[in-house]
Amino acid sequence: MEIDARPPVPEPLPPVSEPAQPIHDDGAHAAKDLPLTDKAVLQAPHVLKAEQLSLFYGEKQALFDINLAVRKNTVMALIGPSGCGKSTLLRSFNRMNDLIGNVRIEGRVLLGDEDLYDPGVDVIALRKRMGMVFQKSNPFPKSIYENVAYGLRIQGVRDRAVLDEAVERSLIGSGLWEEVKDRLHESGLGLSGGQQQRLCIARALAVKPEVILMDEPCSALDPLATSRIEELIFELKRDYTIVIVTHNMQQAARVSDFTAFFWMGKLIEVGLTEKLFTNPRERMTEDYISGRFG
Amino acid sequence: MGRHFDNELRDLKFSLLAMAGQVEEMIDLTRKALKDRSDAQAEQVVNADQQVDEMELRLDQACIDLLALRAPFASDLRLLASTLKIVPELERIGDHCCNICRRAKLLNPQPSILAGDWLERLGDETHSMVRRAVDAFVNGDADQARSVIQDDDKVDELYGTIYRELLRVMLADPLCIERASHLIIVIKNWERIADVATNIAEEVLFILEGVNVKHAYLQGPSTND
Repeated sequence: MEIDARPPVPEPLPPVSEPAQPIHDDGAHAAKDLPLTDKAVLQAPHVLKAEQLSLFYGEKQALFDINLAVRKNTVMALIGPSGCGKSTLLRSFNRMNDLIGNVRIEGRVLLGDEDLYDPGVDVIALRKRMGMVFQKSNPFPKSIYENVAYGLRIQGVRDRAVLDEAVERSLIGSGLWEEVKDRLHESGLGLSGGQQQRLCIARALAVKPEVILMDEPCSALDPLATSRIEELIFELKRDYTIVIVTHNMQQAARVSDFTAFFWMGKLIEVGLTEKLFTNPRERMTEDYISGRFG
Repeated sequence: MGRHFDNELRDLKFSLLAMAGQVEEMIDLTRKALKDRSDAQAEQVVNADQQVDEMELRLDQACIDLLALRAPFASDLRLLASTLKIVPELERIGDHCCNICRRAKLLNPQPSILAGDWLERLGDETHSMVRRAVDAFVNGDADQARSVIQDDDKVDELYGTIYRELLRVMLADPLCIERASHLIIVIKNWERIADVATNIAEEVLFILEGVNVKHAYLQGPSTND
């Protein structure tokens, strides 16, 4: 007799009362409830890890006990206000802070199983495994070809065929090949800002790094060039693991799988990007991404 | 995005509350139109619907503008996304009130076939659910939102009882079939308004806690982490 065949209304959900998760947890414990795409990224192994990492510039502590793990073939965005330590952390990953005097590190940074701050580590060899792209594009005053081939040449590669293959592969990888294939021997400085940035990405790709570190790679680019770089990041993560520092919340939301929020040298929260931007766990994250401070 | 955006969100909430107030007024008039057998009040409800429709369009546009111009995140995003869903729900309540009032005008000249105060109770319960769902939004009260969701069962039960009574009346006296058919449409519309109140309460929980409780039987115990 009843014409309404809806299922019975279930009991309301109990309030969430689980114990707080450790702040370096990226959401993997909740994988069963997540869409398939999220499950896939959460199943990826960790390739880069900061473990209880603290960093001091002289007496001043810039990073406090950071625990952060980056999963293979994912994009991790580091966000936070200026001076929060995100670029310092990025530079810790390829030991660029070594170039600044009076820097002291506690804790570990692991690439795979290798401790990057182990005294026996060959820093030059390490940096080959970590490509870096900076805020301002910095092509060398050389041809497009030589810019891309540079990393291989300083490794001693002389074989023209090997270099040609690497240049083409890298320029294809950075989405620049079609635009420059007929002028490979013209100066890299003659390219537009967006093209120069993609040239720098090609230069990083040429040495086949495991991880690409990007420090605000689009901050000097117009929206179209920014969009091309963001599309490129999406493509690159099939083959590389990417860590990107950005001040642009929308960019972090668009390109990353995981986002980590830093404040005053501390990691406040890390998680799946869509979770962090729709329902962050921490009030401070909420206020920052909503533009209420910073 | 700091204080100016907060002011814009506050204005949006005020506009949503104005729409909710108008819809509650329509519900109240609908109850009176049935109880007092008043064609005039039924007509008033039907005439008020256009205003609600206009409010819907304005609020839709305001939400789209804020999403496009402010690119909000976190609770701001949840508020805008849920407002976009609550607004058509409120407009739908207005439509259900109009449906009830159109039937009321057909029923008013004829003798009643439903004994007791069943119809009033259904209207009261439903109105209470809508009012509490709106209050939960205004006060940020998750417990109140949950209580609305729970109360949907009460209205469903009441609806079922009246429905069975109307079937009994029709079987007993075929001359009542036309009036009973109108009344079935009336009670179905009340029941739908209660469903809509439940939907609004679910959106309020999403705004407050970031938890999607819709179709909870599909989701397991928690999706918040």
